[in-house]
Amino acid sequence: MGRAIRLVLVLAAKDLRVEFRTRTSLLSAAVFAALVLIVFNFARDPTAVATIDLAPSVLWVTVAFASVVAMNRAFTTERENAAFDGLLLAPVSREVLYLGKYLASLVFVLLVEAITLPLFVLFFNVSLGHALPGLVATMLLATAGFVAVGTVFSAMVVKTRFAELMLPVLLLPFMVPPLIYAVRTSAPLFQGRPLSEVLAGLRFLALYDVAFITLSVLLFSAVVDE
Amino acid sequence: MAEPPLLEARGLTRSYGAVRALRGVDLTLAPGDVLLVLGPNGAGKSTLLRTLAGLLRPQAGTVAVLGRMLSGDDPDARRPIGLLSHQSLLYDELSLLENLTFAARLYDVPEPAERAREALAAQGLSERAGDRPRQLSRGMLQRAAIARALLHRPALLLLDEPFTGLDAVAGDRLRALLAKLHEPSRAMVVVTHHAGEAWDIATRVGVLVGGRWALEAPRPEDVRAFHLTYQELARG
Amino acid sequence: MTADPAQAVIRRGIVLTVLALIGVAVVMVMALKFTPVEANQGLAQKIFYIHVPTATVALWIAVPATGLASMLYLWLHDPRLDRFAAASAEVAAVFCLVVLTTGPIWGKPIWGTWWTWDGRLTLTLFLFFLLLGYHTLRGSVRDPLERGRFSAVLGIMGMALVPFIHLSVYLWRGLHPKPVVLKPSAPSLPWEMLRTLLTGFGVFILLYVGFVTLRYGLQLAQDRKEEADAA
Repeated sequence: MGRAIRLVLVLAAKDLRVEFRTRTSLLSAAVFAALVLIVFNFARDPTAVATIDLAPSVLWVTVAFASVVAMNRAFTTERENAAFDGLLLAPVSREVLYLGKYLASLVFVLLVEAITLPLFVLFFNVSLGHALPGLVATMLLATAGFVAVGTVFSAMVVKTRFAELMLPVLLLPFMVPPLIYAVRTSAPLFQGRPLSEVLAGLRFLALYDVAFITLSVLLFSAVVDE
Repeated sequence: MAEPPLLEARGLTRSYGAVRALRGVDLTLAPGDVLLVLGPNGAGKSTLLRTLAGLLRPQAGTVAVLGRMLSGDDPDARRPIGLLSHQSLLYDELSLLENLTFAARLYDVPEPAERAREALAAQGLSERAGDRPRQLSRGMLQRAAIARALLHRPALLLLDEPFTGLDAVAGDRLRALLAKLHEPSRAMVVVTHHAGEAWDIATRVGVLVGGRWALEAPRPEDVRAFHLTYQELARG
Repeated sequence: MTADPAQAVIRRGIVLTVLALIGVAVVMVMALKFTPVEANQGLAQKIFYIHVPTATVALWIAVPATGLASMLYLWLHDPRLDRFAAASAEVAAVFCLVVLTTGPIWGKPIWGTWWTWDGRLTLTLFLFFLLLGYHTLRGSVRDPLERGRFSAVLGIMGMALVPFIHLSVYLWRGLHPKPVVLKPSAPSLPWEMLRTLLTGFGVFILLYVGFVTLRYGLQLAQDRKEEADAA
């Protein structure tokens, strides 16, 4: 067990180190998020709909798009370096390989979200205050779910010809339930409602996470073992 | 009780769509064996090597290394295997030392960074330890890949056309290295286009044609006579 | 000299499909001539007899069949299971399309709008996109073994997603008519309507079987041809 955890961390650390040496990926995802927020700002009529009502949707759609951009990176490095065989050769179980990739992608996407949230607060002039813990919890739970599925799909599409296009096509249906619940959970929080009122939403997100992380761990071998 | 052979493969069968790459291949190797695998293009040599490495699951048949079956459920069965393929298995964004330290960790090597340094030194790459793969010449890149493949001191070493693209000097160096690696406790499988490339260290020779062994036997003495045999087999 | 098994399957599929299509025509005639007009919704409601069976077969038969075949394929590696899963998914996609077009045709005269984000329609829309994704994936993977594995993984994930979509989407109170047949109390449809509906169910199940058989046969023929070409 200890060995498994250590290997997961070694794998994730390698991915993150490779990712940050590239420098462009985090930057492009962050710039992308900023651009989406700017578009939203110009696309709405501030007199027609109150910002606070629109806020959760804007935040989560931005997060969704930026996450897909970020997740595309998960296996592209392996393909570009033709290095994935090295991981498959090693005496490492496929479950551990998956968890390593998952952890790295999760950290990466959460970083993108951590950049998006302050930008969102800045551009839309919303005060978060008491909503912040609940919002962070929602972000963590929602992200954990769709990154789990995204990691499996990234491994699949990296071998196809239109990888960058295929990932969103396959992944977006899986992102919708967590996004719906993330919006539904954030909206009362933005309105100043207490965390206790949105526990049902958080429970749903947690259920989704358990279901899909489990499935992903079990199915990863079917994707990567030829 | 007899010890299990180092490598035991039975009835390996594998297709790619309609192409039947392997049609029931058997192979047994004892420690100290060095098998040369030859055959025309498309004969299934790379497929065979990848299956022996555990990278491909055969549709029928089994592979066992040191008595343990290669299957998804037993990662430790892969521990004794080392592979040198066309891909360097190195990450461009990491230095050679970082690459090898990472690989050493995957194999639970004690003192991974130390072993990585030693492995690079053994290939004469100590000065380049901080360089990225992109900065190396082709020959040096292969030496780095060899260093990576040998990190965990594999008992079964698989090499896929290692002499391709090497000039005469690099080829000689590789031949010398293979001779040194030829230990009583280790078995090697070398896929090659020219029998002459590694003839001297080989103990067995196999010719794969159309996914099957046309010949698999102890290495004969005369390489020239073998060339004629090979040409006939490859034609048929 | 052996008969080509693929051709036999195709023939069987054509026969079943033709029978089922005749059945569909029968249902439509029954709906228009032999079934009373619904009090509140008028003539537009007649499409119920096509719309509901198609939706039910797609959601409760075609998609679970694909999911189940996918799981079995990963376990048994039998190419027949992959072929069946793909055929079932294709038919499911077509049925979803029928639901998504008959829905608005029914809805416009009654609700005054072509589309509404009501639970059931949205669920069907989702299913349609999942199935499109499934087919896009299959189209972009060349090696049959890899294609089978990837499709199976997506099929299983998709099947697991359905209850979550259901939960997320049903929280809106929709304009969709409430269930009239599968309710805790006895079905509240008069016999003439129930009769047409049940015939519709039978016919669309037959149509599903016919289409899947036909599609399976066509795929089998293609696979055999590819093998023969390569040999």
